Formats: sequence, C-alpha cells, structure tokens
Amino acid sequence: MTETAFLPHKTLLELLREDLALTGTKHGCELGECGACTVLVDGHPVLSCLVLGLDVEGHEVTTIEGMSQGAQMHPLQETFADLGAAQCGYCSPGFLLAAKELLERDPSPSREQIKEALAGNICRCTGYVKIFEAVELAAARMRGESAEPAREIVYGYE
Amino acid sequence: MMRLPRFEYRVPTRVDEAVRMMADAGPETNFVAGGTDLYPNMKRRQQTPRTVISIMRIREMHEIRGDGGSGVIIGAGVVLREVAANALIQANHPAVARAAVLIATPLLRNMGTIGGNLLLDTRCNYYDQNFEWRKGVNFCLKKDGDVCWVAPGSTKCWAVQSSDLAPVMVAVGAKLKLISAVGERMIEARDLYNDDGINYLHKRPDELLTEIHLPSRERMQSTYHKLRRRGSFDFPVLGVAASVEVNTDGSIENARVVLGGVAPAPIEVKEASSLLAGAPLDDERIASAAEACYDKARPLDNTDFVMGWRKQMARVYAVRALEELREASKL
Amino acid sequence: MNDANGKKGGELKVVGKPFRKVDARSKCNGQTLFADDIVLPRMLYAKLLRSHVPHALIKRIDVSPALNMPGVVAVLTGKDLPIPYGILPVSQDEHALCVNKVRFIGDPVAAVAALDEDTAFDAMNAISVEYERLETIASIEEAVAKTEPRIHEYGDGGNIHKKVHLEFGDVQSGFEQADLIREDVFFYEGNTHLPLEQHAAVARFDADDKLTLWSSTQTPHYVHRALAKVLEMPASHIRVIATPNGGGFGGKSDPFHHEIAIAALARITGRPVKITLTREEVFYCHRGRHPVLMKIRTGVKKDGAITAMDFQSFLDGGAYGSYGVASTFYTGALQTVSYDVPQYRFRGLRAFTNKPPCGPKRGHGTPQPRFAVEVQLDKIAEQLRLDPAEMRKQHLVRANSITANYMRVGTVGLGACIDRVVEASGWRDKFRKLPYGRGIGLACGAYLSGAGLPIYWNNMPHSGVQLRLDRQGGVCVMCGSIDIGQGSDSVLAYIVAEVLGIDPFDIRVITADTDLTPVDLGSYSSRVTLMTGNAALQAAERARELLTIAVAEKLSAPIENITFADRRAFDVEHPDAGLSFAEAVQLAEAKFGTIGTVGSYTPPPSPAKFKGGGVGPSPAYSYSAAIAEVQVDPETGIVVVERVWLAHDVGRSINPVLVLGQVEGSVYMGLGEALMEEMSYRPRRNLVHKIPSMLEYKSPTTIEMCDVKTFLIEEPDSAGPFGAKEVGQGPLLPIPPVIANAIYDAVGVRIDEVPATPEKVLAAIRDKAKGKEGRYGPKVVPRVDWPEPLRVPTPAQGGDGRAIPREAVHSRE
Repeated sequence: MTETAFLPHKTLLELLREDLALTGTKHGCELGECGACTVLVDGHPVLSCLVLGLDVEGHEVTTIEGMSQGAQMHPLQETFADLGAAQCGYCSPGFLLAAKELLERDPSPSREQIKEALAGNICRCTGYVKIFEAVELAAARMRGESAEPAREIVYGYE
Repeated sequence: MMRLPRFEYRVPTRVDEAVRMMADAGPETNFVAGGTDLYPNMKRRQQTPRTVISIMRIREMHEIRGDGGSGVIIGAGVVLREVAANALIQANHPAVARAAVLIATPLLRNMGTIGGNLLLDTRCNYYDQNFEWRKGVNFCLKKDGDVCWVAPGSTKCWAVQSSDLAPVMVAVGAKLKLISAVGERMIEARDLYNDDGINYLHKRPDELLTEIHLPSRERMQSTYHKLRRRGSFDFPVLGVAASVEVNTDGSIENARVVLGGVAPAPIEVKEASSLLAGAPLDDERIASAAEACYDKARPLDNTDFVMGWRKQMARVYAVRALEELREASKL
Repeated sequence: MNDANGKKGGELKVVGKPFRKVDARSKCNGQTLFADDIVLPRMLYAKLLRSHVPHALIKRIDVSPALNMPGVVAVLTGKDLPIPYGILPVSQDEHALCVNKVRFIGDPVAAVAALDEDTAFDAMNAISVEYERLETIASIEEAVAKTEPRIHEYGDGGNIHKKVHLEFGDVQSGFEQADLIREDVFFYEGNTHLPLEQHAAVARFDADDKLTLWSSTQTPHYVHRALAKVLEMPASHIRVIATPNGGGFGGKSDPFHHEIAIAALARITGRPVKITLTREEVFYCHRGRHPVLMKIRTGVKKDGAITAMDFQSFLDGGAYGSYGVASTFYTGALQTVSYDVPQYRFRGLRAFTNKPPCGPKRGHGTPQPRFAVEVQLDKIAEQLRLDPAEMRKQHLVRANSITANYMRVGTVGLGACIDRVVEASGWRDKFRKLPYGRGIGLACGAYLSGAGLPIYWNNMPHSGVQLRLDRQGGVCVMCGSIDIGQGSDSVLAYIVAEVLGIDPFDIRVITADTDLTPVDLGSYSSRVTLMTGNAALQAAERARELLTIAVAEKLSAPIENITFADRRAFDVEHPDAGLSFAEAVQLAEAKFGTIGTVGSYTPPPSPAKFKGGGVGPSPAYSYSAAIAEVQVDPETGIVVVERVWLAHDVGRSINPVLVLGQVEGSVYMGLGEALMEEMSYRPRRNLVHKIPSMLEYKSPTTIEMCDVKTFLIEEPDSAGPFGAKEVGQGPLLPIPPVIANAIYDAVGVRIDEVPATPEKVLAAIRDKAKGKEGRYGPKVVPRVDWPEPLRVPTPAQGGDGRAIPREAVHSRE
C-alpha cells in the first residue's frame, strides 16, 4: 500500500518511475505500441503508459520490482537469467510480467499459447526464442517438475 | 517521455451521473473508457479535451447479459478480453468474439473496451502523428489544417474506419443504446457510422454509448476476416465481416457483407447481399459477391500496405469469408 | 599466440559453458540502471526543437518566448556550439544544433532546459524559427541528376558524398574465361535498428568543474572525443560513462546532438541535465541500414566457379556523412571472403539526400551486397542445373589465404556450415520438390570479427584491459567496452575466470567509463569478443604469471607445474598441496607489491595497403549458412517463414547459450528486414518520414518469428581468444537472400528487392502467370561518370597489396 500525491494527468508509468522511483518499468514508445511498460493491475497485464495514475487507486499494481519475493527471484526471472532470455534487458520486465500472468492462468501453455500471450511485447534482441524456452522451463519448474533445459537450447543442435 | 496535456478528470459511478457531468462540462469534454485510443491521441495533441470523464467505474456498463435466445446485451465498458472470452458471445456470435480477439494485443485487450472500439477515432497516417510531424506537412483537414493530404482536392476527410468490431456489428445487425442528459435512444449499428473521416459518427458528443445489443442468432452464421501486416498490434487495413441466414433448404435468406478499413465508415456491400439472397452459396455467387466487394473497396494511401494490393485483397478475403460461412452452414 | 589458445575444449572450466551473464540477475529484476533511470538532485530536463522542414536556410530564430516562460532555465541555438563534429575524420559535417541550415525533418535547431519535461516541451514549441526553403533531394537518382542545391559543400561533386572505384586483377580477362555471365540489378530498402530503449543521456558538471556524461551509447570513446572537440574542453576534464544500452544494433554508435547539447546546457546552468528522446526522435537519429541499389555482373564456369565479379552499389546516405564512407566501402569489401573470386571490380557511390542520416546497422554495409550475391548465385545454379548448396561448397575461399582484394582469411567453416544445414533440413528431399506454395532456399554469409582499423588513424591498441587483484582474492576487470545486451561484460569475466581458475561470478566487471577504464573503441563491427577478449586474456595471463612465481616459490614446485582451477593454485603433480586463490594473491602481493596487470590488443597489420583498403580487413571472419522453409499464399503474396536452420562458424563459443541468442536475434532482425521493415518517406510531402512509430514501423512480433534450429561450428581460429570469432552480426546476413531463394522455390518468382512484401510477391506471381519473367525488382542503375579505377594487382598476380600508381596507369593506357 502506497499513498502518494501527483498531478492528475500523469500516467501510471510516470507515477511509478518519477514519483515512486520504481524505474524497473521501462518505456519504448509511450503510445501503447511496444509493451515495454507492462505492469499487472489486479493481476492483468496492462500498459502503464496508457493508464492514468488516478485509475489505479484502490487496485493492486505489480511491477518487476514486486515480482521477486525479497531477494528470491520468481522462477521466470531465474529461467530468463539462465537462458539469456534477457539480452539488453530493456523489454524483459514487460515480458516477465506478461508471462507471469500467463502461467497463473495456464500452468502448461503450449508454444502457440505462449506466443499469443506475449504478442503484445516487442523484443529486438532475442528473436523471442529464448524467451519462449524460458517460459516453458519456468512453467515446468512451477508445476513441480525438476526440469533442465534440453541440450540444444544451450549448446545448439548437434 | 511523451506526456499527456493537462486536463480535468472526472470519475462517475453511474450512467446518469456521467451524462450529467458531460452536460455540465460542455464542449471540449471527452468520455474515456480504456484510454487506448484517446490517450495516444492526446499525447500526440490530436485531441486536447479540457475535461475527461471516465466510465470505467460505472458498474452497470461492465456487464454481459442475456441468453442466446433473446440476444445478448454487452455493456460498452466490457474490456475486449472479456468479449473475446465470453462463452455466450462465442456461442451466439462467434464473429464478434473473433473480431475482438484480433484487436491490437493481449495487453491492449485488457484495457480497451467494446464501446471504445466501436467509437474508435478514424485513422490516417497523416493524422496519427505527433504535433511536430503534422506541422511538417502543414497539418491536415482532420486536425488544424485545410488540406486532406490523402486526396488533396477533396473537401472530405478520408481517415479510415479502423475498428474490427464495427463492420461485424453492422453485419450481424446489432443495436446500440445511446444515453445523454436529455434522453436515450436505440440505433442500428449501421446508422452509427458516417462516411466522413472527421464527423465519422452519427452520435452527439454528449451521448454516451452504454450498451450493445446483439440480436438472437436463430439461423445466422457470421464471420470476420482481418488483413494486417502482423499477427498482433496492427489495425485492420481491410476487414471483411459477413453474415448469412440460411433456410432449411440451404438457400440464403439474408446475407450481409461489410468491409472495414477501406473507407471512413464500414461499407455494406449491398450488391453482394442481393447477389447472395435466395439461392445457396455456390462458387459462382461467392465470386460475384467478392467482385462486388472489390468494386466497393476504395482504399487510399494512408494506412499500411499499398492501396492497390489492399483493394485486390477485398476480393480474396470476401471469397474466404463466404466460403467459411458455406462450410459452417453445412453443419 | 598463447597457451590458452592451445587448450583443448575438455580442459576448459568456464569457456564453452552456458553460464549466466554477470548482469543477468539485474536485467531480470529491474535493477539495471539505464540512462533514463538516472535521477540527480536539481536535475533539469532538456528537449530539442527539431526542424519541420526538410531543407532550408535558417533566417532567424527567436528563443525569447521560451526563455521568458516560468521554469525555463536555458536555451541554446547553433551559434552557441559552432564547431562541427562527426564520427569519421573525413566527415566532420554535423553540428550539435544546426548553425545556418537544416538538412532533414528532425535536424535539431535549438535546445531547451527546464525544471520539468512538460515545461521543456512547451518551451520548445514556443521557439519560432524562420526558414528559407530549398529544393529537396529525395533519392539516389535525384542526387545523381541534380547537382544543385547542394546539401553539403563537400564530397565528390554535387550531391555525391563519395565515389569509389577499385579493380583487383583483370576483370575483363576474367569475364572472357567465363562460360556464363549473369547481370542482375537488386535493391535493398533502408531500415532502422529500433532499439527498445530510446536514446537518453544525463550530463553533470562535478564539484571540480569536470563534466560527466552518462549516455546510452555504443561508443563512449568517440563520444568523449566529440565532446572535447565541440565543447573545447580538455578531454581529461570529461568523463563519459556508457550506461547499459537497451538495444543498440549500431544505432547508438555515433556521437549525437543531444549528448553534446545537454553537456553544454549543464555547463551554462551549473545543474545536471537529462534528455530522453521520444520514439519519433529515435527514428530521426536513425544511422540505420542504407538503401542500396546494386548491379552485379558475375562470370562463372560450367561448374559454378566464379571467374570475375563486377559490382556496383549506390547508397542513399541521407543528410549527413556519419559512417557513410566506411559503409560505401563495406558494400564492396566482403564479396570475396566466402567464395573464390579471382578478379574483382567494385564501384560505389554514396548520395546525400534530405532524409535522416544512414549509418551502421548490424552487418554494416554488407547485408545488401550479400543479398545480391546470394540471390544471383541461386539464379546461376538454376541456370547451370547445379545444386546451389553443392555449387557453393565446391568454390569456397581457401582457409588461411589472401583474397583478390587483400582480405586475409583465417579459418573457414563455411563448408561445414553448409553440410550441417543441408543434412538437418532434409534439403535433398525438399529442394525443387515441395508442392506449389511451399519452398526451401539456401544462402550463406560472412562477417568481420572486428574492424582491422580504428575510425581515426592511430597506432595504439583497439582495446585495453586492466586487472586488479586484491589480497582477499577479489579480481576486478576494467575495460572500456560497453555491454549492449550481447554479454560483453560477461565475456570479460569468463575469460579472466578461465585463466585464473576462479568463478566468473567472483569477478567484478567495470566497463565503459572513460575515467576508470582503459580505452576500448566500442561495441561495433563485432569486435568486442575478439578484441577485448584478447586484451583480457593477456592481462589475466600476466597476472597468473605473477601468481605462479609466488606460488611456485611457496610450494617449491617447478613453475610449469603450477595450475589454477576451482579457486585454487596447485602443483599438478601434487594437487592436494595447494593454496586458495586468495592465498596465492597474498603471496604475490607480498613479493611484488599490489597486483595489477594490463592487457591490450591491436589487430595484425592488413595486407591491404591501397587507399580504401582500411575497410574490410579483420583478424578473423565468421561464416554462416542458412536454409529457410517458407509458405507463400499465391492468392495474396503473403509469405510465412516457418523455419530457419542456421549453422554458424563461431570459431569457439565463449558461452554457447549467448552465442545461440545472438544467432536467434540475428535471424529475427533479418526476418524483419526481409519481409516487412522499411524506412519510408513521402517525397511529395516534404520528405516526411511516413511512419516514425513503433506501430507503423513493422517489427515482427512473437507471431511472425520463425522456428530456428541453430548449429554451432567450432573450429578455433588462432586470431581469437580461445579461438573465438564473432556471432553478433554474421548470422543476419544469409536471412534476406535465403527467404528470397525460398520464395522462388515455392512459387517460381524472383523478388530482387528487400523487403519482399506481399504486393511485390503477388505482382511477380501475376507477371509469371502472364507468361512473363515473374520477377519484381529494379531494372537499371543510374549512369554515373566513375573515376578511373585504383588498380590493384591480386596476390595471384604477384601483387603486394598496393595500387599501381596513377601515373603508371595512364602511361600504360
């Protein structure tokens, strides 16, 4: 719970970054065209650049800073780190939060469902492949499986 | 950071309160729902309302009611994710669910509403640019200028109707409820739209769209095919919505083919409707109806893709939509 | 060059292992501080007013309405920063703020600093500028035809920035030996990097009146030089810290207006100043892929052996020089490093136009000619009834050879790359055998592992590393290189950890800070792993040497027996009797004093001694082969790329999972270029950028991304650390041609133009249905008076890498 005062025309993105010093939420266009500023509001991923700060009064907002439990990273954050799914890391907070919501909704998404769920986030570095693989690996681990990445995911095909 | 201009913000909790606020605030006031259309426009200074009234805390506008038999009533504030996922809508008007799931991105569908999509500002790549860019072409007819750069001789604005749901609502014969401080009225979806990029709605600014009434399905089959560059994000540069009511003998009683994304308003291809009525959907009729769609499509050079190709695609997409309906009505 | 290179893969503890990146955690939990995340006390916010006209003289600027606004602290215009700069010494043609002329929509004319961004925005719009409009130059053709008005007062005449003409060997006799000569014209549209992070920077004058600039730049060293020049300050009073780049791809490799402008604003206001560009401004910064029109004439024998190649390229450079001279040479440099080309001629022209300046984007100047070469080879194979994979394999450039244009090639894993993708994709069962609408194609590529020459002439190292070991076992590696997401910080840690036998996460990496780190030229030309890697290797080996002496003495063991592994130092013959790494450092510190070592790397001298031979040489070349399977809808022309098999000759993977990430990212970026990305302008509407937004500039989403099957070919090259070559850019190169070749296999039409958009494919399909050629693409190139060629005898002709002096050429004729 945070109480803060801010100008009414400020977006949630500006509120988070400028008034609450939560700079983990990024921006790439500020027009809803890239997904970098994705946060969860009441568990649903939305674009903080197009939500007014005033609109989240009384709602639960989850940013990348809130994805870890203290120093313990979320399984998705661990697999993104392990597989190089975050290259420059600028789109990563948005992808991670969108993926988190997906896995809460569907613990065993297919590759197609992962693509659909992440189709509102642009990444220019990875080609998305490592992101898909990281989501699949985290999903398996969150289901309680002791999954390790397939050999070709880390060493390439033979 | 692109920032919003300053404005006053009101958050009513009831429809009557919202329309009274609108009446009191006067001109330069906008209703806003998900904000995914208005706020980018405000950041680019295409729209600069002094007062913005949000309808997102009006509970009655967020409900989906009814059953298949008597139709379905969707509150205008229902977000697109829910429209796409609603079992009632999926079962009775799959074209509506399909159009909804094809809009923008999963994130934007969590924010944008069905009402907002139906009232979406017309789009044009001379208009959907920020202030400095528009200054570079000395502005345009739709905002701050006096020339339509898409058709420089024209006195009409050619910004494009870019809602995926609009042509579908026309095709399925939806009705819309509009409420203002002076009363309420129901209109046919087709009567909402005006073929002018600036005054693109037959709706007064003080009227609030509160409900979308989908008719009972009975024997209707409907579908929607969307053309865009990417499988996400992009607005339609062509949408083909089609509905048919099929008699027990397989003949078509009623057919509607509506094109989106190729003019300032959804285009109902009446020639296609009359070509299709009274006989079964066969290849020949489908081809003729598609040809009528091709004739009616008038894309201009103000969206993604080259316009000649978009026009040709009207034919291809109409064929595909009607073939799908033929398959569906066999079941 | 050192014993580490000789180590066998099995002995390596860190290199070749899929470790996390050292910054992986902070990239995933929101902790990484990008430039726009920096907030300082009393910080002001800046905005640049940019020209809304494409070509004009500035008659008058009135900044007083802005200065009079409450909250506005300072306003600058061109007269305040009159000294020109530019990335290349030969193209010092930019000003931080335009002095008397604007050259494209987006050229900055004034800078405002205010208490908040809203005020800066309003103030920017309050400035009035009076322009006197000039005619515009919109295209290569127009630049060649119209000498007036000139966009710049320098160059090779009119609106030609640069014209080059090189001939290696005797092209005419090469063509005479050919059984088949093909001539094709291709066009590759321009496109841009589109990093997710918009450029941002913060400038502050510190208590000692020295400037610190934090910026999302790929080249802090060059920004440092530009600041010193334009601000007329000693470089020693300037500190540039490159913040982690939220994507670069070449787009943050030039010194930029906003960096200089905010430094000047910080100087006059005495307060920190931040600027973050809008997405639209990022499009105006551009420096992306040049649009290139190409004509390629190639002679081949019946078996596909190339006898001669004559290549012409025409580059649309946009409004400024940027890296353009280098880009021009790059469009002609690497044609020779994949297949044997015994006689070769290159003519290149770069035009100035009133559009945002082009520059280096992933593959810098080479994806365009690569597209032309690989599509033409596909046509040649078709004509000769040869399998395109086999034909290429038969005529590969020889390993450890010097090409006709004096590129020294080391290891060549291209044959192995071709074999791997051919086998994995089922090529032999699919090529020309799939049903109509489905197709498969093959193409290859090659790229530099770092430019062999620096951007400004000097004979100092290209990369320096300092290593500090403390008595508690801490190791700090310092290097000027900047991590743009590719993992260069991690590469430093991996290499040092390997040599010192410690864990990469024991190491502290400090990079890209001109006060704290030795110079590295920057993250461009795929140079970092090879160059900083070699420098780090040298520094680490020097440190290990000191530790070895001290440990050997303590253990009374022969020096050659001392080994470092698992955070220990020990005698290989008595592994139990050893010391911890920290103890080893302590012994060394007691013996030698504080332990610090340095390493540096300078590329070997190039055999190319002719003028223009500075572009193309590299310590090592990487190779890629790709096969793509596509589905083409013959009714719409829409192409869906389903899968790409890509084999990359990386020499050795320092970290395979990061190498795979670079391959997949390159495939992605190539896919976008091949199918949909383009910078487009409206020539009849003031040359505005048609679509300067993330929505309308079409970057593929998760839905469009194809499946990628990657194969790493590891044949260590002695030039690289542990044998490593580049991977960041090379794998992009085969993608546009492989898709074009697969489209041909699917529907029998040639799309000789990038991007292969549906309307072009459909037009070609309809053309073919009418019994015509079934091709979409340009047919002609402009007629140009080329200068006399610089004639360079090839190595086979006994040449020494020098051109025949001009006088001699004339007297011979």
